[in-house]
Amino acid sequence: MQISEAWLREYVNPAINTEQLVEQLTMAGLEVDSVTPAAAVFSGVVVGEVLAMEPHPDADRLRVCKVAAGEAEPLQIVCGASNVRVGLRIPAALIGAVLPGDFKIKKSKLRGVESYGMLCSEKELGLAADANGLMELAVDAPVGVDIRNYLSLNDNIIEVDLTPNRADCLSVEGIAREVAALNKMDWSATQVEKYAVSHTDTLTVSVKATDACPRYLGRLLKGVNPKAETPLWMQERLRRSGVRSLSAVVDITNYVLIEFGQPLHTFDAAKLTGGISVRYAQTDESVALLNGQTIKLDNETLIIADDKQALALAGVMGGSESAVSDETQDVFLECAFFTPQSIAGKARNYGLHTDSSHRFERGVDPTLQERAIERATQLIINIAGGSVGAITEVTTAATLPQRFAVLLRKQRLEKTLGIALADEQVVDIFQRLGMSVQTQPDGWSVTAPGFRFDIAIEADLIEEIARIVGYNNLPNSSLLMRSELGKATEAVLDLDRVKDLLVDRGYQEAITYSFVDEEIQQAVAPDDDVIRLKNPISSDLSVMRTTLWCGLLKAALHNTNRQQNRVRFFETGLRFVNKDDDMQQQKMLSGLALGSAYSEQWGIATRKVDFFDVKADVQALFSLTGADVQFVPAKHPALHPGQTAEILSQQGQKIGWLGMLHPTLEKQLGFDTQIFLFELDQDLLLNKQIPKFKPLSKYPSVRRDLALIVKEEIAASEIINCIKGCAEPTLQDIVVFDIYRGQGVEEGSKSVALSLIIQDFSQTLTDSGIDAIFSRLLETLTTKISAKLRD
Amino acid sequence: MSATLEEILAQALQQLRDAQDLNQLDLVRVHYLGKKGLFTLQMKELGALDPEQRRAAGQVINQAKDQFQQQLEAKKDVLQNAALEERLASEGIDVTLPGRGQAVAGLHPVTTTLRRISKIFASVGFQVVEGPEIEDDYHNFEALNIPAHHPARAMHDTFYFDAHTVLRTHTSPVQIRVMESEKPPLKVIAPGRVYRCDSDITHTPMFHQVEGFLVDTDVSFADLKGVVYEFLRAFFEKDIQVRFRPSYFPFTEPSAEVDIECVMCGGQGCRVCSHTGWLEVMGCGMIHPEVFKAVNIDSETYSGFAFGMGVERLAMLRYGINDLRLFFENDLKFLEQFN
Repeated sequence: MQISEAWLREYVNPAINTEQLVEQLTMAGLEVDSVTPAAAVFSGVVVGEVLAMEPHPDADRLRVCKVAAGEAEPLQIVCGASNVRVGLRIPAALIGAVLPGDFKIKKSKLRGVESYGMLCSEKELGLAADANGLMELAVDAPVGVDIRNYLSLNDNIIEVDLTPNRADCLSVEGIAREVAALNKMDWSATQVEKYAVSHTDTLTVSVKATDACPRYLGRLLKGVNPKAETPLWMQERLRRSGVRSLSAVVDITNYVLIEFGQPLHTFDAAKLTGGISVRYAQTDESVALLNGQTIKLDNETLIIADDKQALALAGVMGGSESAVSDETQDVFLECAFFTPQSIAGKARNYGLHTDSSHRFERGVDPTLQERAIERATQLIINIAGGSVGAITEVTTAATLPQRFAVLLRKQRLEKTLGIALADEQVVDIFQRLGMSVQTQPDGWSVTAPGFRFDIAIEADLIEEIARIVGYNNLPNSSLLMRSELGKATEAVLDLDRVKDLLVDRGYQEAITYSFVDEEIQQAVAPDDDVIRLKNPISSDLSVMRTTLWCGLLKAALHNTNRQQNRVRFFETGLRFVNKDDDMQQQKMLSGLALGSAYSEQWGIATRKVDFFDVKADVQALFSLTGADVQFVPAKHPALHPGQTAEILSQQGQKIGWLGMLHPTLEKQLGFDTQIFLFELDQDLLLNKQIPKFKPLSKYPSVRRDLALIVKEEIAASEIINCIKGCAEPTLQDIVVFDIYRGQGVEEGSKSVALSLIIQDFSQTLTDSGIDAIFSRLLETLTTKISAKLRD
Repeated sequence: MSATLEEILAQALQQLRDAQDLNQLDLVRVHYLGKKGLFTLQMKELGALDPEQRRAAGQVINQAKDQFQQQLEAKKDVLQNAALEERLASEGIDVTLPGRGQAVAGLHPVTTTLRRISKIFASVGFQVVEGPEIEDDYHNFEALNIPAHHPARAMHDTFYFDAHTVLRTHTSPVQIRVMESEKPPLKVIAPGRVYRCDSDITHTPMFHQVEGFLVDTDVSFADLKGVVYEFLRAFFEKDIQVRFRPSYFPFTEPSAEVDIECVMCGGQGCRVCSHTGWLEVMGCGMIHPEVFKAVNIDSETYSGFAFGMGVERLAMLRYGINDLRLFFENDLKFLEQFN
């Protein structure tokens, strides 16, 4: 909502400057977004009158004018505008004038004829973006008066960003009322007289949807001049309110909207068939709107119709067929109160948002209609002439919004605000806000005026008091309240610890969008059932990710495209997947690594990161919880079939994946280097066993090495599991310390060197005891995986 | 007959002086003091003398031996020192070369900011709670006193999955979820991702918020002001000016917007604060009785406040970041600045 400061000050003019006024509004909850001058900076322009005019001797399109401009003698000014004519009053820039853009007016010669100034258009004065010829002033504009004073251009446009609860301030009068209350000043609304009826024609009005339209006023104005010009003062006020001037009748309804906050609509009476009805649309009825759009209506949409068809979307927008035009002489003026519930959401459903719907859905003063229709009548008759018919009013008192008294308890007020206020101050604030107050034994019973739709409960009244006292004048208190001891959960590892570990191992944290490009999503996880946004912001952010890899790969690509040849990222967040008609949201931790294993440095030979580098990082994560997990060879559509491990818990729960991005995908996504990825279920990862103490053995431990020849396809984990499966009570640890292929080992086999740590809790192990253990182990290894001892 | 003791001693001392390193020195030691060493032989020869002579001669030999041994130790010290010096000299490195191994990376500035916020509130007993990001209409709107068609819904450009399922537009639904399952007193903060269907220079379709709320008996607007005020000063580590402006949120009443003195210009007015000297940093208010009603908490007995803030906004102000979109491009050149 934007308004002219000068217009506001006509209602109420506190002795504070613009800056203070703006501050006051902002601090009262009417946030001022901007203050801009009503006109660009210019000077030396006065009202002039063209007294005489003759053609320029040497230029067909120029005229040599004699212009009265308040000086002793008329000035000779050469002008090229097409609308210049004798008797016209226009803005005249005198010698020495400075126009917007620091354009100085000097005495000049145009094709040999001297010119002592310049006649101006609205564009040249910075009042409009474009113009057709000179700005035409009223015939009675006072010649010689500075145009800035004449047009009140020393004014500011104040833009107020109103919250949805303050519909009462969507007008100049509404803001004036608020400013008066804030400054403890009186103000009075524009005086409106009832207009004498001068013809007897009326249109019947039947309101069928009385719940949605508690009040409807209509009036027929006949013989209105369709060519009437909107007076300049009104055009200026509309301009400063951000409304474009169209035609006198339309401008007047817009003017009353800005002035009082009451939307009005005008129909061309000649285009109506029979009477007016206010009803819900029938299914499949449609209406062609003023904006050129034709919409199909549903039966929850309130419309204005005549006997033949739907004419307008009630409270939202008029129809093109019944609209006033530059030939309309008989106007049917509509001024109604539609309930917020009946308009709310309707405009948006049809992709519309108008000044009218904006106000009706927030709440228009239900007592305002008569005053507003009289005001519009007065302005139309004054500006465009015509005769006035009687007002047809249909009011259903039962459906008008009621204002009930709300009780404010003094003790509740004090408890909520943390301060005791004097009774007189409380009463004074309510009265200044137009509320009626009755003092009760323990507080006040307060009834809000019709224009306030936001006062329904005690808390609303408390806010009004707080607002007018000023939030910053209310006390601050230090937090003194019940405290309980915090928790220190040990069964769940803190995610922060995991993040820190990855950071310490060189992974940079990334945050990527939860919605991703369907193409990447499809490429990376073709088997997942995606959740699709109904209204994505763009096609490349249209589905919810089922894996965090989508975003990490995109982020990595962003960096490799910017000369980064080593990228290590991790991200935490939700993945979203449709499972059994349920939108599942699962907390994940994912990582990506590409480029060299270590950043380039002098002491380490450069080599590319490989599976085992990343596996070490993943294993480090599990070592935080002490979880014993399995890396099982597996297949994943996004990963290299020979370098993929599924990570399982000891109980076989699927914790996640680790592997190399499939070379086909690597190429498809635009990379030219190997990429390693992991993704883990956070809940399973963070699940921690509380440590349980085991006594230490007093006896020495023994390390024995074992080199086994096994078939190539036997995985290291199988050998280890096989040994563990023997359940030797003294076996403490197994370490794989070498893998050997080549001389001495036949093709298709490999040598796996293990070291076993053995320790007993009750005795020092003897060589023969150890030998016995080893022969048992070997026997099992030979039977189960055909392992042979290497010679 | 063999050389006299004097000759042996003189020769021994000479050999000590001539020894170049610890190995040579040890050879000298063995030559004179070993099992077959010259001094040892001398001692053995004493057996042939009578007791009187034996003692006197023994004393003389012992003196010579002691003298030798002293010189030996002294020489040993010298040679050991020399050897150490030589080792130290040979082991010198260029300590200005960088260390080896994996470099440490860093957290995203949003995470760093969230951690600081959480830490400040955790210090007075606020509990951190998370909620779902795909949210139902009831928790995101209805229970927060934003019925269908409420004009406030226009303030949230909502992403929909179907008529009843949305991407949460704020972290406030966590308020409802906590109050549905737990009873007051409650002190909770809820950080997380939120989504709005809006994208331009100052909006990204996803960003982070922290919702905080406190419910107890006798919670007042003064408590809210106090907490917000202290939080902002703690967060910016500065005695900044803070002001509260009346505003409107359907789920709080009274409601306020909180402005801080512009941290870029110190309140003088600049581009960042649109020349007002103030920056809007959060919304807050007293929890609306309708919200309490939705979660079956008696608003006569309990009162509470809630606040919500944009994490990226706070991070931008804290670190002087001038473009919101940088947060989600994940350019290493950006991220590494916060390591």
